[in-house]
Amino acid sequence: MASVKFNEEMCKGCGLCVTFCPKQILRMAPVRINAKGYHPAECIDLEKCIGCASCARMCPDVVITVER
Amino acid sequence: MAVVFQKTSMLTDAPFHYCPGCTHGIIHRLVAEVLDELGVGETAIGVAPVGCAVFAYNYFNCDMMEAAHGRAPACATGAKRVHPDKVVFTYQGDGDLASIGAAEIVHAAARGEKITTIFVNNAIYGMTGGQMAPTSLPGQITTTSPYGRNTEVCGFPVNMSEMLSQLNGPAYIERVSVHDVKNVVRAKQAIKKAFQAQIDGKGFSMVEVLSTCPTNWGMTPQEALKWLEENMIPQFPLGVYKEV
Repeated sequence: MASVKFNEEMCKGCGLCVTFCPKQILRMAPVRINAKGYHPAECIDLEKCIGCASCARMCPDVVITVER
Repeated sequence: MAVVFQKTSMLTDAPFHYCPGCTHGIIHRLVAEVLDELGVGETAIGVAPVGCAVFAYNYFNCDMMEAAHGRAPACATGAKRVHPDKVVFTYQGDGDLASIGAAEIVHAAARGEKITTIFVNNAIYGMTGGQMAPTSLPGQITTTSPYGRNTEVCGFPVNMSEMLSQLNGPAYIERVSVHDVKNVVRAKQAIKKAFQAQIDGKGFSMVEVLSTCPTNWGMTPQEALKWLEENMIPQFPLGVYKEV
């Protein structure tokens, strides 16, 4: 069981975390936007998260915190 | 649960001004984490360049100063000579280091100044709007080479790591990339080695990091990483160019 948290206000919606997630459980929130006007990243199936932190390592804005 | 990954305290809370998907942010994080892990974060002195990373002084949680365009190695030389016990680094782009600052970096390296340079190479002038840089690839389309870089008129890209590795002053020079997770991890190891070379008093150290510019390349962040891997790495081969 792992946990991945997004500091959504810092997210710029580039989608690199989505591309590099080996489990393909991240997406850009389809409706929600943050104060900057971007669709922030979110996890859709936390049960499948393995806590590898690939998303966090590729995030250019250091948005993601990973716990395992 | 244990924290596997969190933002390092060596980065401030200021949000990066970089475009979405720009890998400057990843490289900032790597440098900040290395400073923290080497235990020199409190006393490090950084020199920000002119270019996209001009506001780097807002993001690193250590003493920072701003240099005139290309002159970061000269400012760092001064800082290091006044404070020989402190870790001094410059963070420069390719327009700053390979073009207007070519003289400063060559002579800082030749003198073997005990500073570390993080050289971010994205093959274009980002901040000013995507003009051709000394590192732009042959045939690369930029705003000042709309038909592609013509090597008959504009010459060839400058490979700074190869060039500087011919000098006697540098102690550690490596070129890395950040186009996937594996390479990001390698880039961090290279940056750590470079700072360690400075701490050990061996001489000048530089890490050239291949980076993307999705906005000025006219690509999505994902396409830009792929373009880097397929086009930039053949021109700028990764690897250690000097280690003493």
